[in-house]
Amino acid sequence: MSLWRRLYGADPLHLLAVLGCLALSGYVVSLLWEDPSWVALLIWFVGAVIGHDLVLYPLYALADQPVVLARWARRRYGRERPVLVPAINHVRAPVLGSAVLGLIYLPTITRHGEDAFRFTAGLGMEGIFQHWLLITAALFLGSAVVYAARCGFAARKQKRSV
Amino acid sequence: MTTEDATEQGVAEDPTPGRPGGVRTAVEPEYGFPAPLFRVAARIPVPPPFHPRTWRSPLRGTWLTSVFGAVLLVGLPIVILTGLMSYIAYGPQFGQAIPGDVGGLHLPFFDWPTDPSWFYRLTQGLHVVGGMVLTPIVLAKLWSVVPKLFAWPPVTSVAQLLERISLLALVGGILFEFVTGLMNSQYDYSWGFGFYTAHYYGAWVFIAGFVSHVVIKLPTMVRALRSGPHGTGAFARWLHDSPAETEPEPMDSHGLAALDPNRPTLSRRGLLGLVGGGSLLVGVFSIGQTWDAARPLALLSPRGQSYGDGPNDFQINRTLAGSGINPVALGDGWRLRLTGGSGEVSLSRADLAAMPQHTAVLPIACVEGWSTTRTWSGVRLRDLAALAGVPAPDNAFVASVETAGAFARATLQSNQVLDEDSLLALRVGDDDGGPMADLSPDHGYPARVIVPALPGVHNTKWVASIDFRRRGGAA
Repeated sequence: MSLWRRLYGADPLHLLAVLGCLALSGYVVSLLWEDPSWVALLIWFVGAVIGHDLVLYPLYALADQPVVLARWARRRYGRERPVLVPAINHVRAPVLGSAVLGLIYLPTITRHGEDAFRFTAGLGMEGIFQHWLLITAALFLGSAVVYAARCGFAARKQKRSV
Repeated sequence: MTTEDATEQGVAEDPTPGRPGGVRTAVEPEYGFPAPLFRVAARIPVPPPFHPRTWRSPLRGTWLTSVFGAVLLVGLPIVILTGLMSYIAYGPQFGQAIPGDVGGLHLPFFDWPTDPSWFYRLTQGLHVVGGMVLTPIVLAKLWSVVPKLFAWPPVTSVAQLLERISLLALVGGILFEFVTGLMNSQYDYSWGFGFYTAHYYGAWVFIAGFVSHVVIKLPTMVRALRSGPHGTGAFARWLHDSPAETEPEPMDSHGLAALDPNRPTLSRRGLLGLVGGGSLLVGVFSIGQTWDAARPLALLSPRGQSYGDGPNDFQINRTLAGSGINPVALGDGWRLRLTGGSGEVSLSRADLAAMPQHTAVLPIACVEGWSTTRTWSGVRLRDLAALAGVPAPDNAFVASVETAGAFARATLQSNQVLDEDSLLALRVGDDDGGPMADLSPDHGYPARVIVPALPGVHNTKWVASIDFRRRGGAA
């Protein structure tokens, strides 16, 4: 067994699972082999992976560096006034909320499916972009109000303890 | 920094990132054959993003990924199974599920039930809205494992090489399924392939990757969730810590925890709250497309809009204009033809209205994930079957006046014809006992089929004929 592990790098169950995955994927590919649109399928399948890695990888990397952003902000505003409540999560939350809604409803917000929708349902998609803007505004304003309230409480607490 | 005051001060005044957890060293992975080669490769200095110091989040680690994994382990099977059930609901036994021949890639066939009437509404609502709600968690899971994508050396054994190839099925599969599903439910068809075929086969590639990933990683997930911080088993402590108290997860052979973590700006419960809050937000703005009471909240969905025409104010999946039907064919000259018995029966709309009328409150649910409950009234399909001389048909073939579209016809199972609420509807109203009206032209005037728990597109509109069939029979 230990020889097997040294050669292969994992236990035999691992090999079974991986080969099962490859076999089933291979079966699906064999069923689609004759499909006239297999090139488009392949492009979208691989494109989904590459698109995710290209578009979201820099965002993930940026999300990992809040301290760099915080330092930049601090250089601009000096250190005299200590930060009572860190602002970063009050920015993160509405940015992520707005972004995930925008991503999921992208075809509607950008009206990309509007022609097909009008043919199908007799309605357009106008106004939905504005809805998204309104929701985004509500998220940012709500976050700002909570932040202001937290700052107020923190300042009062600090005053009392001085 | 043990007292709370001191920690708070630390957050407030010290801008330089600390090194919580002391000196951290990467755990050497278990190299397979040829191990010396992998060790040499590991010593080659590499630039970001391959350098292990690229990824700085102090929250990444085996435990965090396991939490996201556990949520998806519950959520994704629901989305997978309801999706596969939708294939059955389309009636593959009549060749009307798409794609037609899928080899062995399907659930065991069964007759789709008519009871409960909200069954398809539930399964398809779970499939579409469930997929949308899981999107933030899928993205968070991918964020949590992104260091592995750029790990150096890229391969450490034959096992890992094979596993990375299988991960293409997993990650490619889930991204492909989510992208095509989200686009289709929003009428964006810019792919160059048919949605049903692509989404169905893509699902099986994803299932292949998903099952194999679960088999390989389940023990790791269970161990990580059980062990808690530093193996104390204190699951709650990970969630209790404030940002300042948050310690990075220990380095382990899974290579997710950061070698050089930043000082935490977000606690673990904060991150889980952020991701869960994202799912909740998506849920709030999406559930309205399939739950009537929340419809005003479906502000971002094309199906959250109103037609503003009273009893007929519900979603349309095929307009009269889109059907290409000449409206004259639906006028006074329209007749319903019933066949299958000894002779053909022809009925005008007035004839139908003079027959015993039955009223039923039934949902209509679309594969795209929207649904709504309406009150329908019209003639029972089983009364029409009896009238045609086939009181116990094995199935019924319904054809529309429309001829062009893929759903201008549908075959109904025996139980779908004989259910007491299965109607050829003439009139419709809201689900609240409001006034009823004749079906509007867009909703299938003069008459349309409505069957409990049947996918929306098989509730044929502008019905021209129904052929009640007996197996191997005299039809």
